[in-house]
Amino acid sequence: MTDRRRHHDMGGLEAGPIQNSEHAHEPWEKRVDAIKALLSDDRRKLVTTDELRRSIENLGADAYERYNYYERWISAVTNILLEKDVLSVDELGKKMAEIEARQGNRAL
Amino acid sequence: MSDHHDHGEFGMYEHDPLHKHPAQPDLEDTPLTHHQIMQMAVADLLIEKGVIEADELREQIEFMDTITPARGAALVARAWVDSDFKYRLVADSKKAGAELDMDIGPTPILVMENTPKVHNLIVCTLCSCYPRFLLGYPPDWYKSRDYRSRAISEPRKVLAEFGTELADSVEVRVHDSTADMRYMVLPMRPDGSEGLSEAALAELVTRDTMVGVTTPKT
Amino acid sequence: MSAQFSVGDPVHVRAAYPPGHVRTPYYCRGKSGVIVRFCGEFRNPEELAYGKYEGPVSPMYRVRFQQNDLWDNYSGSPDDHVEIEIYEHWLEQVI
Repeated sequence: MTDRRRHHDMGGLEAGPIQNSEHAHEPWEKRVDAIKALLSDDRRKLVTTDELRRSIENLGADAYERYNYYERWISAVTNILLEKDVLSVDELGKKMAEIEARQGNRAL
Repeated sequence: MSDHHDHGEFGMYEHDPLHKHPAQPDLEDTPLTHHQIMQMAVADLLIEKGVIEADELREQIEFMDTITPARGAALVARAWVDSDFKYRLVADSKKAGAELDMDIGPTPILVMENTPKVHNLIVCTLCSCYPRFLLGYPPDWYKSRDYRSRAISEPRKVLAEFGTELADSVEVRVHDSTADMRYMVLPMRPDGSEGLSEAALAELVTRDTMVGVTTPKT
Repeated sequence: MSAQFSVGDPVHVRAAYPPGHVRTPYYCRGKSGVIVRFCGEFRNPEELAYGKYEGPVSPMYRVRFQQNDLWDNYSGSPDDHVEIEIYEHWLEQVI
């Protein structure tokens, strides 16, 4: 693999047989999808498709192996919201801790 | 048609669309993942800040649930019974969709017609672009590394894995959705479908035939 | 409107490998194809990706490549093709 080729740019690379796989979207996945759609609409214009693509690419090669599709999306959208000062790291950290406490849940 | 459309999935949110107090995990017994908690925190904060509203979020999810491959299939079936409509669909799918009261969304979708000489196949090698306004959410295999890597460089082998064998005399034309367009395949009307109504024809048009990995069967 | 290329023109994709967000797939860089459609004028995704929403638009085309020109050992028919959307600044005239 040459360094000239970025990891997400995979057309023509060797890969395995296609697993004819699909799953019903889980509610949390639909919420990620909907958050992105709303943030991209003409009224908000906070996350363009190319910003989302760039942000997903910048999660790194590892993200493709370890995260599923909507895990990449929410990570990428969140990073864009941090860059644009719509959210802060501190408030996200506090809110996530609050949700975990409310759930009596330790995140996986 | 609505093979990935889930019924009743939002029942638990009917009175409580955003897991508000007390919080409701998606699956009662499964601990939330880091990313699920991130999603909940982002949604809560965006709502608290007035960037989005809880109702908008719910409505957007409900809207996407109405977008199924039945939409693409309705366009294909109409094109099969009305060659003038087919011409208009291939020329400008947004205008043709409007004739069926269908909004195909802000991103142009180019309809690629299969013929006895050309078979079209859709892929996005750089991410997972997909004609969502006509086919709904993309299936997992479409987003997979295996499909994104191989559909472009060995399409006939990929087609064979979906059970689709094409003669060498048929040109395989792969469309890489790299930028500002999306693509949908207009499959060929199958032999033996002569007597069928438009509605019955639409039933033959599966999602996979409109991505181009399979062909309609009677 | 100042599209440099017309349908039917042979074009060459620049063999450039910048870091950053790029929508020209690696496999077609340095390869030659033919313009088959003018798609309109769009903001450059290499700028849009970094939040630069305002600015000039530029032409974007669909370019058709012969599979045999893209891969060393293409296993299908010699008539098989790939079509890709490419922005004008990635294309050069074939002389």
